[in-house]
Order: sequence, then C-alpha cells, then structure tokens
Amino acid sequence: MTPTTWAGPDLLDRARLTRLLQAYGVYAALVVLFVVAAVLDSSFLSAGNVRIQLFQVAPTLMVALGMALVIGTEGVDLSVGAMIALAASVVPLYVGYGAPLAVLVALVFGAVSGAVGGTMVAFARIQPIVATLSLMIGLRGVAELINGNSAKPVMNSGLLSLGSDGFAGVPLMAWIAGVCAVLTALLVRRTTFGRQLVAIGDNRQASKLAGLPVRRVLVTVYVLSGVLAAFAGAMIVGHGAEADPAHQGLNMELNAITAVVVGGTPLTGGRVRVLGTVAGALFMQLITAVLTQHNVHTSYTQLVEAAIICFAVYASQERGTR
Amino acid sequence: MVQQDPAPRSDWIVEVAGVDKSFAGVHALRGVDFRLRPGEVHALIGENGAGKSTLIKVMTGVYRPDAGRIRFAGEDRAFRNPLEAQAAGISTIYQEVNLVPLMSVARNLCLGREPRRFGLVDVRAMNRLAAEALKRYGVDVDVTRPLGSLGLGAQQMVALARAVQIDARVVVMDEPTSSLEPREVETLFSVIRDLKRQGIAVVYVSHRLDELYAICDRVTVMRDGAVVHTGEMAGLERLRLISLMLGREMSTVRAKGATAFGGEHERREGVPALRATGLTVRHRVHGVDVDIHRGEVVGLGGLLGAGRSETAKAITGALATDGGAVEVEGTELARRSPAAAIKAGVVMLAEDRKTEGILPNLSVRENISLALLPRLARAGVVSQAKQDEVVRFFMERLRIKASGPDQKVSDLSGGNQQKVLLARWLCLDPKVLLLDEPTRGIDVGAKAEVQALIDELAEQGLGVLLISSDLEELIEGSDRIVVLKDGRAVGHLEGDDVSEQAVLDTLATADPADGAEPTGDDAQASEDAGSAVRAEAAVPTEATEATEPTEPTEAVGDEHPQDRSRSAGHAVTKEEPR
Repeated sequence: MTPTTWAGPDLLDRARLTRLLQAYGVYAALVVLFVVAAVLDSSFLSAGNVRIQLFQVAPTLMVALGMALVIGTEGVDLSVGAMIALAASVVPLYVGYGAPLAVLVALVFGAVSGAVGGTMVAFARIQPIVATLSLMIGLRGVAELINGNSAKPVMNSGLLSLGSDGFAGVPLMAWIAGVCAVLTALLVRRTTFGRQLVAIGDNRQASKLAGLPVRRVLVTVYVLSGVLAAFAGAMIVGHGAEADPAHQGLNMELNAITAVVVGGTPLTGGRVRVLGTVAGALFMQLITAVLTQHNVHTSYTQLVEAAIICFAVYASQERGTR
Repeated sequence: MVQQDPAPRSDWIVEVAGVDKSFAGVHALRGVDFRLRPGEVHALIGENGAGKSTLIKVMTGVYRPDAGRIRFAGEDRAFRNPLEAQAAGISTIYQEVNLVPLMSVARNLCLGREPRRFGLVDVRAMNRLAAEALKRYGVDVDVTRPLGSLGLGAQQMVALARAVQIDARVVVMDEPTSSLEPREVETLFSVIRDLKRQGIAVVYVSHRLDELYAICDRVTVMRDGAVVHTGEMAGLERLRLISLMLGREMSTVRAKGATAFGGEHERREGVPALRATGLTVRHRVHGVDVDIHRGEVVGLGGLLGAGRSETAKAITGALATDGGAVEVEGTELARRSPAAAIKAGVVMLAEDRKTEGILPNLSVRENISLALLPRLARAGVVSQAKQDEVVRFFMERLRIKASGPDQKVSDLSGGNQQKVLLARWLCLDPKVLLLDEPTRGIDVGAKAEVQALIDELAEQGLGVLLISSDLEELIEGSDRIVVLKDGRAVGHLEGDDVSEQAVLDTLATADPADGAEPTGDDAQASEDAGSAVRAEAAVPTEATEATEPTEPTEAVGDEHPQDRSRSAGHAVTKEEPR
C-alpha cells in the first residue's frame, strides 16, 4: 500500500530541541525579552525602572519559592494569597511593639496555617488542591474578622524601610527575596530534607517504604510555604504603607504558580527548579511591565500571559520520543 | 546464522526484512529478519536490551524503522501508529496492563466498541457480553467491578480477551505470565492453543524457558539488536538456547547450572536475626510465624494471593498488622513502620518495582542513597563526597550499567533498575533482607547476577527471606521453605524436602481455608497439612491441573481469598481478631 522506506522528520533533533527548551528555555526567553525591551525603550534600563521592577517581583518570588517546594511534592498551595491578607491584617495589631515583633507574629501565623494545610494533606490525605482551597477561604475570613473591611495606614518606620529602602542600590525586599532563593536552592540540593522532598514528590509510596518521614516532610513544606507567604505579606504592607487585607495578595497564588510553571518545574512533582522559578517570576513581571509601558491594553497583556503559560506547560511536558 | 525457512511467501502473515532502528546513534535493531506463520506460537527471546521490545514496537507501528521493510499478509505495510496496526489485526498485550483501572471490567473490555441501543451504550448487553467472553478465559468475576480491583492476573486476562476480540490475526504477548500464578498460566496456554486453532499467530515474549518449551512452536533468539537464531523449538537443547541468548559458551552455562545459586549456606545458630510470630493482617495473613537466622535463605512459597508479599510487608510494617510480633536479634520492635524496621536492620525489596521501588525521574545516585540520606548528612546537609563514595561503590559492586550516577533511573533496563534498588537496601548494611520477587521481569544475565548476589550475601551472614514465583529459583535459592496458602503457613520444608515436588504437594493437599480442620488452630492445621503431604504425595489435584474454574469460588485472580473462606468456611472467621 504505502511505501516502506522512511525519510520522515528527524525526530532525534526535535527531541533534543525539546530537551534544550525544557532546560534553558526560560533563561533564553528572559534574555531575549530583556534585550528587546532595552532596544525598544532606552529608559527600561534606567535605575528607577529596574528598582520598580524589583520591588514588584520580590513578594511574588518569595511566594513562588514556597510554591515551588510544594509543587515539588506533587501538591499545590492555593492559600498563599490569603496568607498575605492574613499577614496584612495581623501586622497593624502588633506594629506598636516594633516592626520585628510584628513581622515575627505574621511569620508565626504563616507557620501555623501552613501546618494546618500540611496536616490536612499529610495526615488526613486530603488532596492538596482541596485542602489549601478550603484554607484559602478560611484565612481570608480570618483576615477580615481581624481587620474589618477597610485599609489601615501603617506608619511604623521599620516596616516602611523594609518595604522601600535599598542597599547598594537594590531594594531591601529584592535582597531578602534573593537570599531566600539561594537558601531554597541549597535546601533543595544539599539537604536531606530537600532530597527527601523531591523523592516524595516523585514516588510517595516508594519513599514511604524507604523509611522516609513522609508526613513530616509534607507538613514542613507547607509550613515553609506559609512562612514565605507571610513574609511577603509583611513586605507588601511595608511597601504600600497600608494594610489592606481585602485587596492585598489577591491572585498571588496564581502568579506564584505561573512563575513556577514558566520556570520549568513540572506540576507532577519530583523536581524543583529554584533558579528557573526566579527566572519565571522575573519573566512574568517583565513581560507585563513591558507591555504596560508600551500602552498595550490590559486585556491583551492578559492574553499574552495566558499564551506564555500554555506554551510553558506544553514545553515542559515530557513526550515519549525514546 | 539465520536459517532459511522453505515456506513460500504467501504463507507468512508477518514478514520483517532487514529492519534497522537506532536511537541517538545507538543501534537497537540491526538488519533484523523475522517471519511469522499464521497459527504458530513464535517465541521471541533474548536478554533485556537485545531488541525484542523494539522489534515488537516496529511491527506494531509504535516506531518506524530506519531501514528495511515490513509485510503484513503479503502486502507492504507501514503502520504509522499502533491504532493502524490494531485495525489491520495486530494486537499487543504489554507487560503492564494498558487499561483503565477505574472503569468497570466490562467497559474496559468493550472500550471503543460498546454495544449500542438508541444511540446510548447498552450497559446490560455490554455486561453480558463481557461476562461471556471472560468465562472463556477462565475469569469469573463481577464484570461491573472496577478493573483495578481485580488481581493482576485477572487484569491480564481481560487485556488478552480484549486483544483477541478485535479480530486479531496476530497477537503479541510481552511477558504475559510475569504476574500470573501457575493455574492462570494453564488457562492462558489453553487460550493460546485456541488462538492457534483459529489460525491466529502468536508472538510470545518471555524469560521463562519452561513456558517456551510448553507452548511455542518456533523460536527467534535476539542478542544485541540482531537475530542470532531462528528455528523450531522442539529439539533445541535448553542449554544451547541459554548460550545463544547470553552469547556464552555452552560449557560455561552447563557448569553454572540454570540458576546461579550455589549450595546450601551455613546457618548461624543462636538468636534468629528475625523472628516474626503470629503475624496477622485482616483477611490476608492469619498467624504466620517466620524465623530467619543469619546466613540462611528462607524461601516463602505459595501461589499468587497466598499472602507472601503481605507477610513480608507485615514484617517491615509497610502493611498495618492486626496482631503478631517481630523480633530482631531478640529485641522486639516496639514501633512498626518501614522506618523503624530499617533502623533495626530489616529491609524489603518490594515486588512492584515501578510503584513501590524506583523514583523514576531521579538519578541513579538519588535512588541508591534514598534511605541512607540521614546517615550521609551532618546537621541536615548531605555530604556529597560520602554520597558519591557509596554510590560509586555499589554501582561497581553490583555492576550497574548506567552512563553514570546522574543518569535517570527510568532510562535503565529492568535488571539495572533492580540492582539500583538492591543497592539502596544493601548500602544500609542490613541484618535481614526481604526479597519479594527479586528477579521478576529482568533478563537472564541480570537474573543470574542477582541470584549469585543473594547467595553471597547469605554467606556473609545476612538473613534473607526469598519470595519467588519461579519455583526453580525458590528451590535452588532457599535453605528452608515456608509454604503459605490462603494466608497461613501450611508447610515447613527443610533439607531434602526442599524440592519442587514437596512444594507442589504441600500446595495441592493442604487446605486450611476450606475447613479441612474446622476445629484445629493454626499450628494444628499446618502440622496436619504437613503430614498429609507425605500421605497423599503425587496425587494430581485440581489446584494444579484445572484449566477451567469448576465453581465460582475458583475465580482466577481473586485478590481476596477471604471472600472465599468467608462464604465457605469457619476456620478463618474464627481467626479474625475482634
């Protein structure tokens, strides 16, 4: 019927291309975007613009780091946005005792709510998406109970400097997010906990049979995610000089997931790409900023973002080309 | 050295000629010729990596060959995907069942070909059809149950029934018996003979030589991507077959025997390394006692579903127990969990490599050091130098073939994956090693290596529990055998009693669950069963001979023997705790 000699497309090259794309695509895209933006608009590289971008990306990155860990265990944490709101509602209550204590209390709240989510996932074996969805709704409720519906101005100098000061020309928030990224990378690559986390995400049953403390690791992961989100919340409050739980942290969970996915961490677990997550967060921040700065309408910006997410997920799929 | 077959052209249903296929520069197939007659059962054998799977995938449209041609029923065909091959009449049953576990048996069987009524799926007709079809394959189950609730054996039968129903002219079976118990194998064989009569050609891939001789007409042996022998099965000496596969001289094979096990081991007397007493897992295991001394290999015999894996899992705490105690070197384990067992020095190589063993996306390094991580770390930070040292040592010691410690474990062959898992446990320096089907689904070469390793470990003073459905392996590998049936220990074989005949006899005659000893407790029952062995030896019984279920309780692949015992018996219900 059909001829039996094949000279079809070179599957091997395509496979290699896919692999390269998976490994370095996000970095390449980031570089290209950066160059294009700088060529289109010389003010893009101005100190002022860079500062603004860093201010905006820092909280997202913090949350995304925690999210990357959770996704590495084959989970997802939808409660991080609400956690930011809760932190925003708690900070004004304790800011009278000084900024450090206020931030610390926010972090404790983050740890506790993370522990609640983690317990639901690890012990009650509720699916992560459901467990953290309920937590998300509950935390928003708690935040509103504590704060009421109105925004409160925050004047504490410590918090304000956390949110807007810089060091060596780089915002403090960006420094903190950068340090957190490095610590997260070390945690994943070098520690027992990090390797166990990835193993559990890859094959939970096998990990359990190998005597790994599966539940403890899972709970810890959600605690870390909660703490990072709470820290991001405190920074957002400091940056905006007001606590507005009704609006702060909205959609943050989705931005964080986007950054993680664009950064090449598969949603199926067993892999955490910290540097990729950093690049993913930066990329999403910059693309939005560039489009906005060139007066592209918000609806088109969203369409572009949607296309990028689709493409990132498509590219990260492992296709059987063996 | 491919032999020319004299049959005229049109006699072949499948002709593969001069097929090449390479992946990333590695030749998987080199000038392969393979021909199949209608109505023959053609064995396709070779070690893992010899190219069997690639050849099958080329024939069934999964891969396209780089060169060469494929003719199907006398016509040149180039199947672009498995669906086209299926439509043309080539059905494939893969090692792992490729069905939908959550859908009902009937739906799986009729997937894509559901009987319709008024445009909707006629569920009743579908269920009836499915039940009838399955009965022919010796599977008598409720077809409305989800497929996943069936035993692996029964699932495989469903896959087979499905494959044959699609008007197949060629059926390819990739290790169909790897998860079947002997009785199911018999059923499978009768199905295959039936296929033969209908003129359907069967390609039969298996590592089990006994089966090849029992069912196959012709054989093609592959090695390193090429066909090294094609010919009649009958008259081909077993040793010659092995040497063809391994590419070794006959004399070496003969000297080493069919398995790589040596003689008996020196059992270290004194406090046993492991003593499990009265292990009970609701519905699965009923008061099993096992002692393992240092330096001996204790076999756990029995059929699929007899509670062997469950016993091993109960020992390590991977399965929650309802009773029983485990002592390691005289000290009872207070907490029962895999972590506690590992800490005490008891490790288990799980049966299901894919779901309970490997971390597919992680490297060989991570897979080996998984359980050892805490011991490689200081203040939670893993010492990479120490990790590399351990990994390198075990990769060399077990001769794990990988491009390096960073290779993804799922890219390795089954045998090498198994070695990686063995390394995972051995690097913990255990006292007792529980091996659940350690050589299942791995090639002959790796199998021999694993068997030799087991021997060596026992000699070094490790206590080993060996579970194997490969009777030859069980007999030659074990110093003692505890025979399980329906979750009870029904026989203890030692010394000269460790023989194929004795195990089969014990299985055939002991029948505690049917209430042969309605009044007896466990010890009593197993003792009586043991003596019955000798009395009624060599009487062929239904359990080993039956090819078709004669009563509903004989359902093939019934995962829950308790269902049976509950309806039939008294002894079991009495046994259940609280």
